[in-house]
Amino acid sequence: MHKIIKKEALTPEIKLYVVDAPLIATKVRPGQFVVLRLHEQGERIPLTVADFDRDEGTITLVVAEIGKTTKEMGTLDEGDGILDVVGPLGKATHIENYGTVACVGGGIGIAPVFPIARALKAAGNRVVSIIGARCKDILILEDWMKGASSELHVTTDDGSYGIHGFVTQQMEKLIGEGYKFDFAVGIGPVPMMKAFAGVTRRHNIKSIVSLNPIMIDGTGMCGVCRVEVDGKTRFACVDGPEFDAHLVDYDLLLSRQTTYLKEEKQALERFEKCGGDCGKHE
Amino acid sequence: MSENKPGRKGSEPRQEMPRQDPMVRRTNFDEVALGYSAEQAVAEAQRCLRCKKPFCVSGCPVEIDIPGFVTAIAEGDFDGAARKLKEKNALPAVCGRVCPQEDQCEKYCVLGKKWEPLAIGRLERFAADWEAKQGRMSVPETAPPTGRKVGVVGSGPAGLTVAADLALLGHEVTIFEALHAPGGVLVYGIPEFRLPKSIVAREVEFIEKLGVKVEVDFVVGATRTIGELMNEEGYDAIFIGTGAGLPYFMNIPGENLNGVYSANEFLTRSNLMKAFRFPEYDTPVKVGKTVAVVGGGNVAMDSVRTAMRLGAENVYCVYRRSRAEMPAREEEIENALEEGMILKELHNPVRIIDDGNGWVKQIECIKMKLGEPDASGRRRPVPIEGSEFTIDVDVVVIAIGQGPNPLVPSTTEGLETNKWGNIMADAETGLTSLEGVYAGGDIVTGAATVILAMGAGRKAARAIHEYLMSKGQA
Ligand SMILES: Cc1cc2nc3c(=O)[nH]c(=O)nc-3n(C[C@H](O)[C@H](O)[C@H](O)COP(=O)(O)OP(=O)(O)OC[C@H]3O[C@@H](n4cnc5c(N)ncnc54)[C@H](O)[C@@H]3O)c2cc1C
Ligand SMILES: Cc1cc2nc3c(=O)[nH]c(=O)nc-3n(C[C@H](O)[C@H](O)[C@H](O)COP(=O)(O)OP(=O)(O)OC[C@H]3O[C@@H](n4cnc5c(N)ncnc54)[C@H](O)[C@@H]3O)c2cc1C
Ligand code: SF4
Ligand code: FES
Repeated sequence: MHKIIKKEALTPEIKLYVVDAPLIATKVRPGQFVVLRLHEQGERIPLTVADFDRDEGTITLVVAEIGKTTKEMGTLDEGDGILDVVGPLGKATHIENYGTVACVGGGIGIAPVFPIARALKAAGNRVVSIIGARCKDILILEDWMKGASSELHVTTDDGSYGIHGFVTQQMEKLIGEGYKFDFAVGIGPVPMMKAFAGVTRRHNIKSIVSLNPIMIDGTGMCGVCRVEVDGKTRFACVDGPEFDAHLVDYDLLLSRQTTYLKEEKQALERFEKCGGDCGKHE
Repeated sequence: MSENKPGRKGSEPRQEMPRQDPMVRRTNFDEVALGYSAEQAVAEAQRCLRCKKPFCVSGCPVEIDIPGFVTAIAEGDFDGAARKLKEKNALPAVCGRVCPQEDQCEKYCVLGKKWEPLAIGRLERFAADWEAKQGRMSVPETAPPTGRKVGVVGSGPAGLTVAADLALLGHEVTIFEALHAPGGVLVYGIPEFRLPKSIVAREVEFIEKLGVKVEVDFVVGATRTIGELMNEEGYDAIFIGTGAGLPYFMNIPGENLNGVYSANEFLTRSNLMKAFRFPEYDTPVKVGKTVAVVGGGNVAMDSVRTAMRLGAENVYCVYRRSRAEMPAREEEIENALEEGMILKELHNPVRIIDDGNGWVKQIECIKMKLGEPDASGRRRPVPIEGSEFTIDVDVVVIAIGQGPNPLVPSTTEGLETNKWGNIMADAETGLTSLEGVYAGGDIVTGAATVILAMGAGRKAARAIHEYLMSKGQA
């Protein structure tokens, strides 16, 4: 059991959890994730470690409530336990002093960008971060990102806050204004990462994205997380989740993410019908 | 050979194993083979000739005293039979169900020369189940604590055996398991209808009673490395039993389409995550109407039979050699055929065709014929030009084999592997290239059997004990 030490609603549908996990907290590095299972009937889902406190032995998860498991997690309170948390999984981000780097986060993707931006800044980079959301109400972690960046740009799709437009448009604009990026990280919904790769390819910027296929074990045992990179099949949980942005087959990733749409809908409807109490039979 | 006249002891046919009716069982996940009754077990055991030189024992990788335990059953001393088994085999209820006895003990049984060999596996299962049914668990006394700490990586049959043996010898043993449940392939791979999970849980409970700590959700190489366990956490020795968990694909076009599974994923969803009880359990799995399973081993048979039980109407087994070469146990092939498996022997998939929306629609196969024998002695399948054709399918399961997961070797400096990535270990002791680090089971041999993994665990436990004792008192 891993106790939830702190829970905070960042927006009505995005929650932050500080979870007791000393073994993971002492070991995790930016870019890595955990797989968790809420209870005996639960699914195993991957979540990025957005922050960690090695002394307190805690990790921070930021979770968008999009389906059965993430919504059910939202019903847990401080003091409640999560049955299984395993990690840290995946390869950590390679951190070095590149010079000027762009850290681009869209929506829930801002959470995994945060520890990477912070580490890149600590390594001496000038970190230019661009974060965005559909609208003001669902923008998260602006303060954290301010602290982790040398310079922060905020966009909203509808113009309700910050710059009107997409993060990738802002990146393009900055490049037009003369920003020279030696390296870039982009994490967010697949279409955003695809657009990000388009920008960095056009301007010849070495860049990485973090892929979010469906996973089960997270250790290379099942192969459900396979993605194609440079025409080769890779297992995102152990070979990634970060890959060269220019070499990823984004359409395949999008397609594979939809494998269980029907079942996911069924599970969610069932969950919402019984008021969040089904599936918790222990 | 007057002994071999019909009517002599042993000439009676073996006791049939009671089984669920094929058409009933293909719709449920309950165990297929129901086990002998006490009367049947005694009758079968009485067929044994109690040979002075029992060839069966030489066929058993862990040298169970077969005439000993069979005689006990024949005399109605079922407790005694279970005890005899446990002297050599920590998991008799498992082995009695999944060992390929037809290639081991039963293959050498003299009765088989003239009549049918003794049903050793079924008797082994009977004795083990009988003991379990009594609801007692006799926990042997462990030796006084030695003060030495051993870490065991992986909780499959190899790891469980090492842990039990070393705990009995008084060492402090912790098993580290990556998944959320211990048992290895016994829980995530082999389905409930062949090996009920309650049996595995009972064995794990037994080793916990011996004082072994089981840490699930602990990925060695990620949560902690072997170096960290030894240098920072005070482990005096490590045993690596991480199995053959890396699924192989065929590298043919279309393998990443939706609806294409590795057998590991398919079976893990169903067995470990209980997708067969979706939506009560949260993890889904798809089968559609028609499934093609590629491969001819036990893993393929388990996938075929799982697909049927999940509701698929037509399940093909596509295998590139002929039925005679199929590596699966004969009994399991027969079970699958009885349940309605459509065997496409001498067929090899060449590509998987999509429906235009990212989903599997068809599998294209080429017919094969058997050519000259290859290095393994089996006749090599060669394609027949122009014989390609397609089968309409909703789901494809690739069950062509598994390799070693590189996670532990790649995070353990100085640990030597062979060209396939298997850890190099001494055949007698399990010692690797690193002092104090031992390995055994599928991670060393490549995908093999439960009993061989247990045998390797037993040898390694002996060697680890000697090593720890040679270091003197802690
Ligand atoms: C490496 C990695 C890191 C991630 N980090 C975060 C994070 O920090 N915060 C966050 O909110 N989300 C993160 N995700 C996504 C998160 O895992 C999914 O949102 C979650 O699994 C959805 O589960 P659900 O039951 O609530 O929704 P469902 O309705 O079951 O699924 C909604 C969608 O989520 C995806 N999904 C479903 N099941 C899985 C699964 N087992 N594994 C992966 N994806 C799945 C599918 O694309 C699906 O269409 C990450 C994913 C990966 C692979
Ligand atoms: C579907 C299927 C059917 C089979 N049927 C039969 C049969 O009928 N008869 C038979 O004799 N054999 C059968 N086998 C083969 C048999 O199961 C294996 O040979 C045997 O389980 C190998 O045992 P092991 O202890 O070496 O490894 P495994 O049973 O594979 O266990 C390894 C364990 O280590 C864990 N692990 C891996 N990496 C790490 C890590 N880094 N940190 C922590 N833990 C880790 C894994 O999660 C797993 O639990 C079958 C195999 C499969 C897949
Ligand atoms: S362990 Fe396996 S080989 Fe040995 S006697 Fe039992 S069934 Fe036969
Ligand atoms: S999640 Fe199973 S191999 Fe990556």
